[in-house]
Amino acid sequence: MSQPIPEIVYPSPRQIMIRRTLTHKGFLIGAIMLLLISAAALLAPVLSPYDPYNQDLSRRMINPVWHENGSWEHPLGTDNLGRDYLSRLMYGARISLLLGGCAMLISGVIGTSLGIAAGYFGGRVDMVVGFLITARLSMPVVLVALAVVALIGSSLNVIIWVLGLLIWDRFAVVMRASTQQLREMDYVNAAKAIGCSTLRVLVSEILPNVFNNLIVVATLEIAHAILLEAALSFLGMGVQPPLPSWGLMVAEGKEFMLFSPWVIFIPGTVLSLLVLAINLMGDGIRDITAPEGRS
Amino acid sequence: MTTLLNIRALYVNISLSAGMLHAVRDVSFHVERGETLCLVGESGCGKSLTALAVMDILPSRSVRWAEQITLEGQDLQNLKDRHMSDLRGSRMAMIFQEPMTSLNPCYTIGNQLEETLRRHRSASRREARDRAVFLLEKVGITAAGTRLKQYPHQLSGGLRQRVMIAMSLMCGPALIIADEPTTALDVTIQAQILSLLSSLQKEFGMGMIFITHDLGIVARIATRVAVMYCGMVVETGVVGEIFHSPLHPYTQGLLACLPVPGKTRPGEHLGSIPGMVPTPIGDFSGCMFRNRCSHAMEECCHESIELYRVSVERAYRCLLSKETCLANHMTQKD
Repeated sequence: MSQPIPEIVYPSPRQIMIRRTLTHKGFLIGAIMLLLISAAALLAPVLSPYDPYNQDLSRRMINPVWHENGSWEHPLGTDNLGRDYLSRLMYGARISLLLGGCAMLISGVIGTSLGIAAGYFGGRVDMVVGFLITARLSMPVVLVALAVVALIGSSLNVIIWVLGLLIWDRFAVVMRASTQQLREMDYVNAAKAIGCSTLRVLVSEILPNVFNNLIVVATLEIAHAILLEAALSFLGMGVQPPLPSWGLMVAEGKEFMLFSPWVIFIPGTVLSLLVLAINLMGDGIRDITAPEGRS
Repeated sequence: MTTLLNIRALYVNISLSAGMLHAVRDVSFHVERGETLCLVGESGCGKSLTALAVMDILPSRSVRWAEQITLEGQDLQNLKDRHMSDLRGSRMAMIFQEPMTSLNPCYTIGNQLEETLRRHRSASRREARDRAVFLLEKVGITAAGTRLKQYPHQLSGGLRQRVMIAMSLMCGPALIIADEPTTALDVTIQAQILSLLSSLQKEFGMGMIFITHDLGIVARIATRVAVMYCGMVVETGVVGEIFHSPLHPYTQGLLACLPVPGKTRPGEHLGSIPGMVPTPIGDFSGCMFRNRCSHAMEECCHESIELYRVSVERAYRCLLSKETCLANHMTQKD
């Protein structure tokens, strides 16, 4: 008598995705860190103990809680104008995330469309885009950003646009290379053979297949933009006081570095943690969504 | 009824840094409803480019020119891009060589099948799904309903090729172009796919252009054959005549390469064609086969050789007379 063959149950795509997400340590660590920072940024008005702009000259340079003289009243101490450091840090996260995200979106749209067009059409289009990329790469980002900001004045909007218009090169290079590979695939031809228009081929055949590369570049570029903003603010050409930007906090604290190193140490650490979290997550997303690792 | 597909004097040129590559030259053929035309030839002889030229999806840098390309009496050359894409997939469909890369890994099978129908007909999601299930069952895929939700990487090569075939049938095309659909598959699957294709073709009354380099497949599936060499059709005819009495020296050479059951003894050397295929870059004249041909004469270098028509369906491109060709074939056979 033959035994009934047990039916093989395949996990659904969603289950596979969840399993792969939960087993990827780097992704989890990055995601949790990013989640905490974003939560702090979003809920800053609720969570922050003080108004970040409120100066109190009688409470200047209070040490953070782990130092002698520190107290829980100001867990991370106060700066030289008596503003609560923890509150400023939380509001500063808003600036960093907003700027990183917006600059990434702007540069992503520019770089992706240029890159995909160059990779797909090749020939003259490729030559023009190649020239644009080379021209862009030959410009030192910080220098150009400084010059532009010095010319037209600095505000958060200006910085977002300047950075967005300056850091699209990696998008373009990566998208161009991946599109060139995909262009030769039979399914692109097959899509043409069932009557898809060029735009449709680009949007529904090429774009989904370069998406995991796109996400990795996007996360790297968020981190890149955040670091650039910090650098610009440090140089005094970025976000202007009294807005609480992390780069600005480092700049404002550099005079007190010798006796109170934490004024630099705290925003610096948070900045590197945020960048680390974003990069870990980007790598994780790539590993999780890569088609070769499915099933 | 009009001829399904009629092609007269098709040229495809590709501009390379080394010069103009004349990839397809003066190719003419026609396909009737319900019959299979096999394009045969070695790699790089322009078979696939001919197919892509018919669909008008040639790679960039290549230019198509033809005296006439008509599908069901409709001229395809002066058609606007938009109208041309309306025809692609609905009136003529293509099956590609590599089943591993011809499905988009980002979408489910069902999604890709339904897309074809929804692109061309105002079909609801429901109708498209039903049609997809119906065709998947037609091409011999069991549990079609669950297969629709799977991604290409979950299917084997043979299954994927079946899905591709189902996809090409979604809109009920009049013409199917199959570009070496079985080359990437193993022999048993190959046989299944071939019989599937020919039974589907009979059932739906489609014309088919079948591109292959495998003469065994030709003998099995073809109604008529066009042998291509170096971008040109060197011989065309009904399949039996081509195999029984090949006229062009190239066709004779190709057939001599095949082992004949019961006649070729173990250990015996099979025939081969000496030399290499020349690359048709730049200007040239005369017969492209002359440096590999044992019957080459001086005239072969100079004259441009026209297709010599023997009967309605039979033609060959050689200076030798039909009788000489046949005699050559007889001596070669013995």
